[in-house]
Parts: sequence; C-alpha cells; structure tokens
Amino acid sequence: MLSRTAENIFWMARYIERAESTARLIQMGQRMTILPGPIHREEWRSVLRVTGCDGLIDGDRAVAEADIVQLLLLDETNPSSIRSCMLRARANGRAVRTALTQDMWEALNDDWRRLEQYDVASARRNLAELIDWVKTRASTFRGAVETGQLRNEGHDFLRIGGALERAEMTLRLLDVKYYVLLPETAVVGGGRDHYQWTSVLHALAAARAYHHVYGGGDYSPWRIADLLVLNQQFPRSLSFCFGQIGWHLDRLAQAHGRRGAAHDTASMMLAELRDREGGEIFEEGLHEFVQNALVVTNRLSREIAQTYHFN
Amino acid sequence: MAFFEMTDQSAVVRPCYAEVQRWIDEVGIERLNARLKEAETIFRRIGITFAVYGEGGDPERLIPFDLLPRVFSGAEWRTLDRGIRQRAQALNAFIYDVYHRGEIIRAGIVPGELVYRNRAFLPEMIGFDPPGGVYSHIVGIDIIRTGEGGFQVLEDNCRTPSGVSYMLENREIMQRMFPELFGSTRVAPVDSYPNDLLATLKEVAPPGARSDPTVVVLTPGPFNSAYYEHSFLADLMGVELVEPMDLYVDEDKVWMKTTHGPKRVDVIYRRIDDDFIDPLTFRPDSMLGVPGLFGAYRAGGVTLCSAPGAGIADDKAIYLFVPEMIRFYLSETPILENVPTWRCALPDECAHVLENLDQLVAKEVHGSGGYGMLIGPKATRAEVAAYADRIRADPADFIAQPTLDLSTAPVLGQKEIVGRHVDFRPYCLVGKRMRLVPGGLTRVALTEGSLVVNSSQGGGVKDTWVLDD
Repeated sequence: MLSRTAENIFWMARYIERAESTARLIQMGQRMTILPGPIHREEWRSVLRVTGCDGLIDGDRAVAEADIVQLLLLDETNPSSIRSCMLRARANGRAVRTALTQDMWEALNDDWRRLEQYDVASARRNLAELIDWVKTRASTFRGAVETGQLRNEGHDFLRIGGALERAEMTLRLLDVKYYVLLPETAVVGGGRDHYQWTSVLHALAAARAYHHVYGGGDYSPWRIADLLVLNQQFPRSLSFCFGQIGWHLDRLAQAHGRRGAAHDTASMMLAELRDREGGEIFEEGLHEFVQNALVVTNRLSREIAQTYHFN
Repeated sequence: MAFFEMTDQSAVVRPCYAEVQRWIDEVGIERLNARLKEAETIFRRIGITFAVYGEGGDPERLIPFDLLPRVFSGAEWRTLDRGIRQRAQALNAFIYDVYHRGEIIRAGIVPGELVYRNRAFLPEMIGFDPPGGVYSHIVGIDIIRTGEGGFQVLEDNCRTPSGVSYMLENREIMQRMFPELFGSTRVAPVDSYPNDLLATLKEVAPPGARSDPTVVVLTPGPFNSAYYEHSFLADLMGVELVEPMDLYVDEDKVWMKTTHGPKRVDVIYRRIDDDFIDPLTFRPDSMLGVPGLFGAYRAGGVTLCSAPGAGIADDKAIYLFVPEMIRFYLSETPILENVPTWRCALPDECAHVLENLDQLVAKEVHGSGGYGMLIGPKATRAEVAAYADRIRADPADFIAQPTLDLSTAPVLGQKEIVGRHVDFRPYCLVGKRMRLVPGGLTRVALTEGSLVVNSSQGGGVKDTWVLDD
C-alpha cells in the first residue's frame, strides 16, 4: 500500500475518533453544569483542558457553554474542533478514496457540510441533536468498516489510528481528572465526588460497563482507574487499546517481514500494563503514570510514521 | 427543426424508444420528478461530483442528471462501432507517422506547419517507439446527430478524455432505481469497461516488464475537477491511485513509495497534462510532476498512457484532416464524416467565415470545454463584431462550422417530456487490440434551445442505451 494512503487512513481514523470523543466531552460538560451547586460550573474549563484548548480562553474568565459550542463544535480555525476533525477525516478519506469501501466513504461524505449551517445560538438550541449526529456519523463509519472493509494493511492502519486516539483521549481525561480519583478521596463518596466520578465514566461511555464489571454498588476511584487503565474488556481502556495496537502491529510485521521501533514500544507498554495491579499504579502515583503513558503514546505515533515511511 | 430522436416525422415513437415511452406512461411525469430528487441524493452521497474549488459556493458540484435514457438501436450502434474504431486506428497511425517519417506530410495531405509548429507537437517524441506503437490508448470521440442516419464527428479527444465514470454510474443508478425497466429491455451492458481498460493498459507495458505488470492511475490530486473519476477508475481496476509525490525515478525505472518500501511501476494511466508530468523535461517552473519520468519513459522503463505528444491528433486544426487520414493509412472510406469546417488560416475560407459569422459557430483552434467560442445566431451584433476582430488579428487561431441542427433527446420536464440537444462520447480503448463497450456518455444541454453540453457550462448527463437487437 502507498505510504501516503497508510498515513491518510491512520489520521482519518484518529480524526473520526477525536470528533466523537469531543462530542462526548461536551455532553459530559452539559451534564455537569445542570447539576446543583456552583462547583460544577467550572466543568467547562476541564473540557477545554482535556481537548488541549485551555489556552484559547483566558484563565481568569469563566468558560460558558457558548464558548465551548463555538470553539469545540463550530470553529473551523480551531484544529481540535469537531467541525475541523470531521472535515479533515473526510479530506483524508477523499485523498484515498480507493482504499475505502463505498459505504465507508458515504459515511464520511453524507451531509458533510452540515455544521456550516449553524451559528452559536442555533447550535446551542440543537445541541443534543448535533452531538447525536456526530456520534452517529462515527458509528456508521465503524459499522461500514466492520462488515465491508478488507482485512488488509489498510484495515490495520485504520485500527491502529483509532485505538491510539481512544487511548490518548482516555489518558487526557485522566490527566485532567486524576485528582478526583486520588486515594484520599476514596473514603466516603460525598456528593461532589460521586458526580465527578460518574462524569468521567460518562465521558468515556463507561457508566454501564462499570456496573457490569464491578457488580454494581458504590463507585470507588481505584475501580474507576482500574476500568479505564487496566481492564482488558473495556474498549476505551488503555490496556484494551494497546492490545489492539499491538495485535495490528504484529499483523503488519508479519505481512512485511520486519519489525520497527513502534513494535518494541507497543510490546513494552503492553507488558507493563499486564504486570501491573491497580493498587500499584495508585501507590506510585496515578498522575505520573498517566503522564508517562501520554509520552509513550505520542512516541508510538511518531515511530509508526517512521516504520512505514509516512512523510 | 432538429431531429427529435424519440419520434419519427409523423410523431410516432421510434421502435428503439418504445420501452422508454411505455415506462413514462406507466410511472407518470410527477412520480418521475420525485424519483429524480432521490437520484440526486444518491449521487451526492456517493460523491459523484466534479470539484470547483476557489469559485465560492459548493466546492464539489453535481452534474445534473436526466432520468430518461437516450437510446440507440442495435443497427445504429453497429455503424457507430465500426466508425469509432476506424477513427481511433487512423488517429494513432497519424501520431506514429508525425513522430517518424511524416509520410502524410510528404504526400502533401496535411500541411507540415500545422504539425511541426503546433504547440501540441513534442519534438522530444521524435523517433521514439511507444510499446505496441500506441499513443492514444483511450480515444474519446464526440459525435453529434443531425438526422435519422446522420452521425458526424465534432471533435476527437486523444489525451485523457474524461466522463467515462458518468457512463458507468448513470447506468448503475438507473439499474438501482428502476430495476423493472431493465427486466424487459435488452440493454447491452457497459460494466466491462474497467476490466477492458486494465487489460488495455497491461498490454502496453514496456517490453522488459514482468508478466503481470503493475498499473497505476496518476492524478493531480483531490482538487482536480475530475478527481472523482480518477479514484473511481483506480478503484474498479483494483490499482493504486497515485499522486506525483508518491512516485520517483531511479536509474530510468519508476517506483512508488509504499509501506513495504519502493515498488516498481510499469504502466501509468496519467490524468495529468503533458506540461506537468516531468519538470525536468517540460516545465522547469512546475512543482508538479515526477522529475525524470519522461527520461524513464524514453528509456523503456515505464509506459505512459496516453503518450506525451498524443494531443497533436486532437488539435482542432488537425481535425479537418481525419477523413483524409483514414483514406491514407487504412485505405478505407470514412464511416463517420466530419462536420464541415472552414479554416480561417486559408484566406478564401477566412473571408467566407467573416462574411457569414452571424450564421456560424466559430472556435479557437486550441480551445476546449466550450470556452472561447462564438455561436453566431445567438450572439449580439456587437459580440459578432468583436469576435470578427479577433479572427482578423490572428486568423490561424480560428475555425468555423455551420450552426448544426443537433438532434434532441427526450428530457424530463416539470410537466411534460421536452426535447433538448445532445451529443455523445464513446470511449475506444486501443492496446494490442481495440475494445469498445456498447455505450458512452450522452451530454445534454438542459436549457431550452441551448447547444452547449459542457458540464462546466450547465450541461447535464443521461444514461445511454444500446439495444441488443
């Protein structure tokens, strides 16, 4: 496969995931702001931080829903906005039309100029519908992949891109929210912590999964961390995502008859996740662990580009 | 009164249109209009668009589609088929000749200066033998109809004629939306075109290539107006769609950059103009292209389709001589005639053109896409006068043709079926042998009375049927 094609597929998958994750974050922010008490109003600030857009609004100023809708949903000049991500996913797809199935392309192409039609006011009025639309686009795309795409190397690059982006989003959320999961807050789930914890779970579509895995009952921070970092069944956990990355990298290595730095990095990360216990991570410091994992994830992305001759 | 293809002189539906008429009666105009909206939604979702970036508005536009098929009877097609193949063969013989001994010039049939001083003539190609002696591998011939039996060639396209994706998609969408229509009619299939194209391209691989040559489609990229077609063809042939940056030349061989490392390329179906294939040879100022590509081609390391310099055969000044070429190279009588054409380069003919300009269609010799032309009867007196000045200033740059009574085909109107002018472009493939699918692209001038069918100027497309009778 052309290196340019592989690169485009890889980034296309990342942008689709990013658009969806950002949509879920906005949903989480909205959920928090309607909760009682002034404390949650600052929730929009943490949404900005997770998406890396913290610097775009002066730190002294309270962040409002209108800011978020403008910056993270509509703003074409902000590369992290949902609109930018969806446009870039489509542009990447259009540049490699031959590597996509007809259905995959239709999922990217259908109504692709929709967000152009909104301003902040009209987007806020229709926010729930727009968020749903973004999630549906991503789901439709993944559905088309599931049953239509050849399991060739294009599929491997697509899966690696998607898994890497999901891992990164989970890590970024943990990076911003780690303080609500620290052990000392574990004693009794007061009102605030409860909401904070469930908000983290909701942002990652993990609320139901949590109850299934841990048999219902109370929320506890290390269980939440365990689910998001070490659980091998939850598709947004670091462990699961790296498992997928490793599996697809191995398939590529087999097809190409060679391994690169990316393979070593992925194996190392996987081994570390396998050998860890939830408690250990807490003892050594969740924040340090998350920051280190973010560094590794970024490095892996660069190493994949090198190994497969992306430009 | 133009020939309306659906009915004969006594307004009786011609046999080849009987099925279409029955279908219109059965479904009704209103319902058909509703289905047309559906078709547009499908086209848009699939992304069958042409790109117009930088003009504002929708950057990826749909070509208007008309639901009513344009129909040729089997007998009509058999004549067209022979005429098209004959013409494609003569055009290739001509290109070979002008880059070798120039026999047709020595014989005094084509004036030498029209060839050697033509911008489309590439001196770099002199004496070179492309694989199989083929220069133009995909010949698109624009044909018009003026009566029951009157087919005439309006223009040849020997470089990289576009539009074949519409031929395939128009059929696809008609079959998807109206399966019942194809149940009772024997319409010859066109879907073998991508396979035929791939077979043609493989046949012209360089002599040293491996037994299963690697073919690629070379596109300028997603911003090119025909990008959809490039990707569509690559997809249906199962070959890579490459941009110039994906290729490089090493020791007169061409390689593409893949995830496995470099991979050898044998045949390039290039949808990039001559000027932009190789900055080392043609346009040093261009950032496009693959440095060294032309050298690799001349060294036999790769085949370019079409060959650089093939455009010499589809120049409007050369067009006049195609019937003569057929007699000269093939010793045959032309099956398809040209539209009568006056060359302003000749003083007598130029005088005639200037005198009758308000009755004629005048064109720039090197123009394309319907730009830079004058349709005398539709122009104002001032426009005619201004155009006449341009002709006087540079007569050799212009030709003129009578205003043709182009046939009309049935088109779905809001309330009734209306007649609109059409032309027809079949795509003849030339490799070791010739291949021609029964069909082509029918373009239609959707505005009442308009003669311009180009998509860049408001033309539309429709499915074209060849009946298997």
